[in-house]
This record gives sequence, C-alpha cells and structure tokens, in this order.
Amino acid sequence: MRFLRKSSVYALLSVLGFILVYPLIWIFFGSFKTNNDILGSIKLLPAEFVLEGYRLGWAGSGQFTFGHFFLNTFQMVIPTVLLTTFSSYVIAYGFARFRFPMHKILFALMLSTLMLPPTVVIIPRYILFNNLGWLDTYLPFVVPALLGFSPFYIFMQYQFLRGLPKELDESAVMDGCNSFKIMTHILLPLSKPALVAAAVFNFMWAWNEFFSVLIYISSVSKYTVSLGLRMMMDIDAATTWNQIMAMSVLSMLPCALFFFFAQKFFVEGIAKSGIKG
Amino acid sequence: MNNRTQTQHSYKTRAKRLPKLISGNRQWVGLLYISPWLIGFLILELYPLMASLYYSFTDFTLLRKPEFVGLKNYIQMFTKDHNFWNSVVVTFKWVIIAVPLKLTTALLVALLLNKKLKHINFYRTVYYLPSIFAGSVAVAILWRFLFMREGLVNQILSAVHIPPVDWLGNPDIALYTLSMINVWQFGTSMVLFLAGLKQIPGDLYEAGRIDGANKIQQFWSITLPMLTPIVLFNLVMQTINAFQDFTAPFVITKGGPAKSTYLFSIMIYDNGFKYFSMGYAAALSWLMFAAIITLTAVLFWSSRYWAHYEDGGK
Repeated sequence: MRFLRKSSVYALLSVLGFILVYPLIWIFFGSFKTNNDILGSIKLLPAEFVLEGYRLGWAGSGQFTFGHFFLNTFQMVIPTVLLTTFSSYVIAYGFARFRFPMHKILFALMLSTLMLPPTVVIIPRYILFNNLGWLDTYLPFVVPALLGFSPFYIFMQYQFLRGLPKELDESAVMDGCNSFKIMTHILLPLSKPALVAAAVFNFMWAWNEFFSVLIYISSVSKYTVSLGLRMMMDIDAATTWNQIMAMSVLSMLPCALFFFFAQKFFVEGIAKSGIKG
Repeated sequence: MNNRTQTQHSYKTRAKRLPKLISGNRQWVGLLYISPWLIGFLILELYPLMASLYYSFTDFTLLRKPEFVGLKNYIQMFTKDHNFWNSVVVTFKWVIIAVPLKLTTALLVALLLNKKLKHINFYRTVYYLPSIFAGSVAVAILWRFLFMREGLVNQILSAVHIPPVDWLGNPDIALYTLSMINVWQFGTSMVLFLAGLKQIPGDLYEAGRIDGANKIQQFWSITLPMLTPIVLFNLVMQTINAFQDFTAPFVITKGGPAKSTYLFSIMIYDNGFKYFSMGYAAALSWLMFAAIITLTAVLFWSSRYWAHYEDGGK
C-alpha cells in the first residue's frame, strides 16, 4: 500500500515534470530540424539532423552576426553583475552591522523600493539618461549597478550577513582592524555562498532583460541577444523557423548552465529572501 | 627608549579608541557604506517618481520643453482615448486570471514536492527550470511557435481529430492563452511555498490526526492557515509584477489581435517611446502606480481577516 502510494506520487511528479519541460526539449530538437520538418511533423526528434539553423542563424540577416549580439550582451551583463554584487554587499554590510541615525527609516525605504514598479519611473529615467548622453550605451545598466540599484540583492546579502556572528567583528576590532578591513578580510571570505547566489540571480535577470534594453538601446550595432532575437522574429518568422529556434536555444544556454552549476545556492537563495519573478 | 614610548603611546590611544570604535563614531561609518544606495535612491527612484508626477501634468515631447497643461492628459485619457478603457479592462482581466492561476499551481506543486522522497531535489530542479528564463524573449518565441495556427499544439490536436484553435489570433481567446502560458513560470512562488511548508511544525499534524482529521481537512485547517503569510507575500509580489508584464504579450501577440492583449505596460511603451508623448505616458504610468498601491493596500488590509500569524499578528 505504502509502496503503491509512493510510486503513484513518483509517477505523477514525473508526468507533470515531463509536460512542464517538454517545450524546452521540443525547441532544442526543433533547432536541428529543417523548416519543412518543423511544420510537417509532430515527432520530437528531427527526421534528419541539420545544423543549417545554427549556421544561417548565427550569420544573421543584416550586417551583424549573432556572435556580435552575444559579445554585446556580455559587455553589458558582466560589469552589471560584478558591480551589483559588490555594491549590494557593501550596502548590506552598512545596514547589517551599524546602527546609524535613521537606520530603520532608511532600511524600510530600501525595502519599499522593491515594490516600486519600474514602469512608473521609466520615463524620467529615460529623460535623465538622455540628458546625460547615456542612451544607446550600456551606462544606464552599469552605473545604477554601481549604486546598488537592486534592493533585492541588498536584502539577500543583508540576511546572510546577519547570520554571521558579531563576535567576529568585535575580535577583529581588538586586533586593530577598521570597519573596512573587517568587511574585506573577515566577512567577505565567509560570504561566498551569498555572493555567488546574488551573482547568479543577477546574471539571469540581466541576461534576460528586455524592457529596459528595448528602451535604452536603439542602434543595431549595440543590440543584445534579446533585441537580436526580437528583430529576427519580426523580420521573417515565416521562413526561418529553425534559425530563430537555434538562436533561441543558444540564448538560453548561459542561464541553463549557470542554473545547473549553482542550483544549490539558487533554490536556497530564493527561499531565504526570494522576491523576483 | 624612543621605541618604548611609541609602543606605550600606541597602547594608550588604542585603549582610548576602543570603546569609541564599538559604539559612537563607529556607527556613523555605516552611513558611508550605504551612501551608494542613498545616492541611487535619490537620483534613480525618488527624483523620477516625483518627476513623472510633474510630467503627467505637462505636454512634453523630447524635442520641446515640458509645458504645463494641468489635467489635460488625465482628461484626455478618460474621455477621448478609446485605447485607455480597453487597456484598463484587459489589464485587470489579466491580473485577475493570471495571478490566482499561477499561485494555485505553485501551491499544488509545492504540496507535491514537500513529500520526503528520494530524488526529490531532482524534481524540484525540474519544476523550477522554466522559471530561470523568466521574461526572456526566447521563451516568448517558443510559445508563439507552439500556439500559432500551424504550431505544435494545433498539430497535436489535429492528430487526435480535434479542430484547430486560433490560440493567438482570436481576440476572444488570446488573453486566456497568454495567461495559461504565464503559469508555466511558477517557480519562484513555488519555492517560497515550499519554504513555508517546511516551517509548519509537525506536531500540528500529529494533533490533527489524533482528532481524526483526514488529509483534506488537514490541508484546510492546518496547512493553508499556516501558509497565509506567504500567500499574502506571493499575492502582493505577483500582482505588482502582473500589472507590469510586458515581454510575453509584446513579443507573442504585440498587444493584438484587435488590442485584446493590449496590456497597460504596452500602452505606456507605445505612448512614451513610439509616439514620444512623454507627458501622456507619465500620466498613464502614475495611474498604474495608483492602481497598484490601492490594490496592495487592499490586500494588506484584507489580510487582517484571512492571514494567520503565529505571534498574533504584526
């Protein structure tokens, strides 16, 4: 009886899980099909494996290859992720370890910006960046990252830092460490899990970001993968299915890889402070 | 000799400095550490929030300076812009359908995944997998392929002799198709529910069993009440997100057909960044902000009557 119940739960979990990831499996195999094959059959596996989708899709339709868009995306994402992780750590340290005046109010303000819809402030931000001459560059992503723009990551690191015993700091003070050195030499090495989790989250968010890239980036030479995909879709969806599928698969690859390498941090990370998505 | 006085001296200053370091001065240093956030908050959150309120009372294209026009933008949207009311209805429908659908799915799956089974972590990973691509264009493209007229879903239907459905092309259906698609990425809410389920003390169920409660009664009178704080949190966050959903409707249906999926965020985008009527777009965005605040407040207020807190609330 017990065995039966257990195996029925397994069966249910497996069937549901399969349905859930089937679209991902489908697009993966679809990217190796010919266009006729995609349209003509519901079989999962391609009738013949072709790399045409990848070859032609990568070459792109205009003057830029998809490789160019990938490089652009890395140019935007890597500084954003590094700066966000670092700045949110420093800010979290300030909130977690010091009781300065107005600490409570500022902390509450910081948390409340989590609920502030970005759509509401996008227009003045756009005008601000326009006046600064930052439009069509990656500065609207990189500079805010330096300013600890995402309270989500601050909160995440804050929660982690609060879990580290204060005695560590106190004994370091006895040894003559100043507060900066406590952060860099004592707490930072212990905070690796929180830093990795924040970086992974931020990477996925930045990599998939569409709305703000669409608004801030206008010239095709600066396009990220998201914009490149959308352009491809708009130009010729009817004729080049396998190319679009192939490039979609490639665009999902970095996130998938990151997820599998860091999943331990990941699921715990959201459980502790999760808000996104 | 010299050396010794120096050591003595430094000992003295250290002894003097120590208490100060721990209390007093040391605390002010905290402001220095959070100063990047403070600057960011003032420039990138507070100023834009106020500025967009001001712009909403102006006629403002990027080429000309904002010109104060009073309530003109608001009057126009309520009385002249036929897209506006359509968009309001579509967006509310979207929020009302998509959020409960996603949260119910997330809760049911979390209940399944909360079992103590071998390999359960593998399953958790699988169920979370779609959510790592949240908001990505690739996923939107994937769904467009699956649900278009000649797409896989209709191919499967026709294989079992069911007439094809125009999932994305029929104005009566498109929004429902999109909300169905939206459920797929329930991972974040699920993980939060899972964390909540782990917090429920086992002896509550023990007591329930002694009182003769079956599984379903246990769910309604133990599990669900204990989860209500997390339900509230998920509800608030998902509602805020749903109001702003953009990528999927923008890429999959472009707001169509016949504006049946023309969500508010697409309308703001069109007005602000396609027609460059920044003043009008700012007015629209402030209205959305007001709607979100109101709804969030209602949720928090109503939670007094349905959310259960172990420590008796607050």
